[in-house]
Amino acid sequence: MANEKQLALVIDLNVCVGCHACVTSCKEWNTSGWAGPLPDQDAYGKDPDGVFFNRVQTFECGTFPDTETVHFPKSCLHCEDPPCVPVCPTGASYKRESDGIVLVDYDKCIGCKYCSWNCPYGAREFDEITGVMKKCTLCVDRIYDETLPPDRRKPACVLACPPGARLFGDIKDPTSEASKAIRDNGGYQLMPEAGTSPANHYLPRRKTQSVVHEDQLQRADNPLSREAEPPKFGGPTIDDASQW
Amino acid sequence: MRPAFSVLFLTTLIGAGQGLLIALVAGQLFLVVGTGDASLSGGFYAVGSLIALVLLALGLLASFFHLAHPMRAWRAATQWRTSWLSREVIALPALMGLAVLYGGLHALGWDGPLMHFANGKSLDLTMAVGFVTVIACLALFLCTGMIYACVKFIREWHSVWTVINYTMMGLASGFVLAAAYAASLGTVVTGLYVGTALVLIVLALVGRAISLWRNARIKPLATLRGAIGAPHQNIRQVTQGFNGKSFNTKEFFHGKSPETVRMLTTFFLASGFAAPFALVALGMGSAALLWLAFLVQYVGLLAERWVFFAQGNHVQNLYYQRKG
Ligand code: SF4
Ligand code: SF4
Repeated sequence: MANEKQLALVIDLNVCVGCHACVTSCKEWNTSGWAGPLPDQDAYGKDPDGVFFNRVQTFECGTFPDTETVHFPKSCLHCEDPPCVPVCPTGASYKRESDGIVLVDYDKCIGCKYCSWNCPYGAREFDEITGVMKKCTLCVDRIYDETLPPDRRKPACVLACPPGARLFGDIKDPTSEASKAIRDNGGYQLMPEAGTSPANHYLPRRKTQSVVHEDQLQRADNPLSREAEPPKFGGPTIDDASQW
Repeated sequence: MRPAFSVLFLTTLIGAGQGLLIALVAGQLFLVVGTGDASLSGGFYAVGSLIALVLLALGLLASFFHLAHPMRAWRAATQWRTSWLSREVIALPALMGLAVLYGGLHALGWDGPLMHFANGKSLDLTMAVGFVTVIACLALFLCTGMIYACVKFIREWHSVWTVINYTMMGLASGFVLAAAYAASLGTVVTGLYVGTALVLIVLALVGRAISLWRNARIKPLATLRGAIGAPHQNIRQVTQGFNGKSFNTKEFFHGKSPETVRMLTTFFLASGFAAPFALVALGMGSAALLWLAFLVQYVGLLAERWVFFAQGNHVQNLYYQRKG
């Protein structure tokens, strides 16, 4: 299943602040769009339940006091070898040859949930109201929409992310922004032992350090003094000399 | 995994039905190749096939309760090239058709030798259809078992023992049922069925015990380290990202305590294997005890299937450990 083109997200864990803007924008766009609805049950009650394509989770790594917090957005990774697709008995789950997006045809799905058993990432969520399996579509109804300005033809989550932790592009095109980010920043795939070859990549947390030396705290050259009136000197100026 | 009752009933009912069909054909073969003159009326096979057909149909009915869109179920037969679930969807109605054919030929007495052998025996039409039926039964056992065995993200299921156990437990329950049925009519094959049932119960128990033993020391497929790709030994989830429920927290967890699972394991070992073995062994030929054995065993096998699901621990559960 080697696609010529494989659209994917690249998520920078070094940038993600765990604000859930991608979660809400995804739900907002998709519940009313082509892939919707994403219904909630008992949304304002004691035991809410609902369908989301994207979740942001938080993990704590390391041993106290040397710990770090990792915010971890998780959605369908549009695997290049998706185990969820061949097991579907109806052919409702499929991977598009044209761009590698994994989709569910809601008109064919019988709601047997077998595909979700065969996704190691828990990326599929069953919609009990309409009785079909749902999952991230990479906003397939946005990214090719020519009525949108070209820079808006991106998944809703990518556009929403305030610190810009999400990149979108063709990872088979070495010149794309996504491919470059994977190459330059050590992009990796989740759970390689599952053998799914996910298309979405993650960029690792990087230690950002800045060392401040003592002399940098003392201002040796005050720029204010440079902006002060230039010193006057007593002799004749050019103007004086020219006014005879 | 969450045990879905539709699937518990589906797999146990069709297992018994398949086992019964195999028992009927085995009985017919036993009488044909045997030296005695004993034979059974077509009615015996016809009613037996009808019982098996009812079990298969009830299983099929139960499976529909598992689907959100049963009206589209026919589509599930289309992906047989890649999906074991799709293969089962084909194999089950095919077997039901064969059960009708096998029982029907016997009921109508439409039988005749297809070929003669040197020793004076012959291969009759019903016997030939019976062989095909047995192959279909075994194929269906394979499909059912493989649906679970091929899910590599549930390590407890991803094993050849899943297929073996589904087959052996189905056969054991089918033969106990056949013994009860044959004893009720006082037929000559009762002894054959009783003896075979005892052997099958023991073999099924051995297989199931091996898978319990395997599950107890199973290694997880992945750890949080690979799941989120953070190069740390010590990773804890702070939050799964929501405080409510989701499909991921419902479908993949059974929600009962480990004690419940342990208790039901003990129960199914007793009710699914030990008790029916004792009842079949002691109740030699007593139809009432054999029927009781079948019922006790069926309840035990339902519990067994529940435990089979509950013990399946899916890799995705790594991502759903804590609400924050
Ligand atoms: S992340 Fe899961 S649902 Fe998405 S393509 Fe991979 S296996 Fe399928
Ligand atoms: S739930 Fe729908 S998409 Fe998933 S395997 Fe069943 S039919 Fe296919």
